[in-house]
Amino acid sequence: MNDFQIRELLEEVKDPEVPVLSILDLGVVRSFSIKENIVDIVLTPTYSGCPAMQVIEDDIVSILKNNGVEKVNIEMVLAPAWTTDWITEKGKQQLIEFGIAPPEKSSVDKSSITGDARFIACPRCKSENTEMLSQFGSTACKALYRCKDCLEPFDYFKCL
Amino acid sequence: MTEQDALFDYCLRIGDSSLIIGHRLSEWCGHGPILEEDIAIINVSLDLVGQARSVLDYAGKIEGKGRSEDDLAYLRDVAFYRNHLICEQPNGDYGRTIVRQFLFDSFHYLFLNELVNSKDDFFSGYAEKSLKEVIYHMQHSTKWMLRMGDGTEESHRRVQEPLNDLWRFTGEFFAVNEVDKILISNGIAVDLNKIKPKWKQYVREIIEDATLTLPTNDWEQLGGKEGRHTEHLGFILAEMQFLPRAYPDATW
Ligand SMILES: [Zn+2]
Repeated sequence: MNDFQIRELLEEVKDPEVPVLSILDLGVVRSFSIKENIVDIVLTPTYSGCPAMQVIEDDIVSILKNNGVEKVNIEMVLAPAWTTDWITEKGKQQLIEFGIAPPEKSSVDKSSITGDARFIACPRCKSENTEMLSQFGSTACKALYRCKDCLEPFDYFKCL
Repeated sequence: MTEQDALFDYCLRIGDSSLIIGHRLSEWCGHGPILEEDIAIINVSLDLVGQARSVLDYAGKIEGKGRSEDDLAYLRDVAFYRNHLICEQPNGDYGRTIVRQFLFDSFHYLFLNELVNSKDDFFSGYAEKSLKEVIYHMQHSTKWMLRMGDGTEESHRRVQEPLNDLWRFTGEFFAVNEVDKILISNGIAVDLNKIKPKWKQYVREIIEDATLTLPTNDWEQLGGKEGRHTEHLGFILAEMQFLPRAYPDATW
C-alpha cells in the first residue's frame, strides 16, 4: 500500500458528529506515513474533551486493518493547537450543505471576550440577518444561531 | 523537594483544578435553569475534564511510576489532591455557580496566557490549546455576571451573596509555595505575582459594570495546593471514585 491509498482510506473516515466531513477535511490528521505495512499517523484533537476523538481513532485503525495494514500507530499531539482555519474549502462547502454555517476566517480573535460583532450567514436562505442564541451548541465545536428571515435555528461551527 | 517532585505537584494542581470544577459543573447535567444553559455549562465541563485528562496523563509520565490519568483521578484520596479550594465549593443555585465560574475562568485565562511561554514543551502546547477553549468559558461566565448583576433585585442578590462568600478563596490563586519557587526559577511555572494585578483589574471592572460591590473582606483561605481541603472534596471523590474503586477492572 502507498501514501495515495492510505489517503483514500482516511478520506472514508468521517467526523462522527458531522458525518459528511472527512477527518482530512476537518484538519485533524497532521501527517501520516507507511513503512513495511505499518502506518504511523499523527492526530490532533479539535477540543480537549471532544468525545469524537476516540471514535475517530478506532475508525482509523479498523479501516486500515480491514484493508491489509498490519499495524497502526496513532500519536496524539496538542501543539500546534488545532484551528478551524485547517478545515478545507471542500469541508466548509460540505458543512453548508449539511446545514451548518462554517467558521469565519482567522480564529485567534481574543477580542471575542468582549463580544461578537460577526455576521454569520444562514446556511439555508443565505440571509445575514441572524442572531446568536447560545455560544454553546449541540457539540463542543458549535454555537446555536437563529435566522431572523427564514426563522430556522441552525448550528454555527465556531472559530477556534 | 526535587524538580521532578515539584513538576509532578504542579501538574496535579492544574489537572485537579480542572477536573474538580469540571466535575462540579457536570452535576448540572439535566438540571440547568434553561436548555441553552444546561448545554453551555456541560460543554464547559467537557472542555475542563478533557484538559484535566491530558495534564494528568503528563503527570503520570513525570512521576514515572506507571500511573495513568485514570489511576490519578480515581485512586487518590483527598490529601493527595492539589486543586484550588474554590473548585470544590458546591454549586448552590445557578447564580452561585456562575460566580464561582467567573472567578475561576478569569484566573484560568490569565494563567494559561502566561503558561504559553513555559519552557516545558508540554505546558506551552497544553496552554495554547486550552486557552482557545477557556476564552469561550470566560466570555460565557462574564456575560452572565453582567446580566444577573445588572438584572432584577433578586438576580442581583443571587450573585452578590455568593461573591461575598467565595471571595475568600480567590487569594489562593496567587499564593506561592515551594513548588512555584522551584519551577519559576527555571522558567517552567507561571509567576503568579505577575498576573495578580491583571486579574484584580478585570474582575473589578466586570463587578462594577454589573453594578455589584467588590467584597472588602481580604481574608485568604489557603490549603488546596498542599492537600488541605474543605469538607466538600471528600463527597465529590466518594461519588466520582465509587465505580473504579468498587469494580477495579471495569471497562466500557
Ligand atoms: Zn435563513
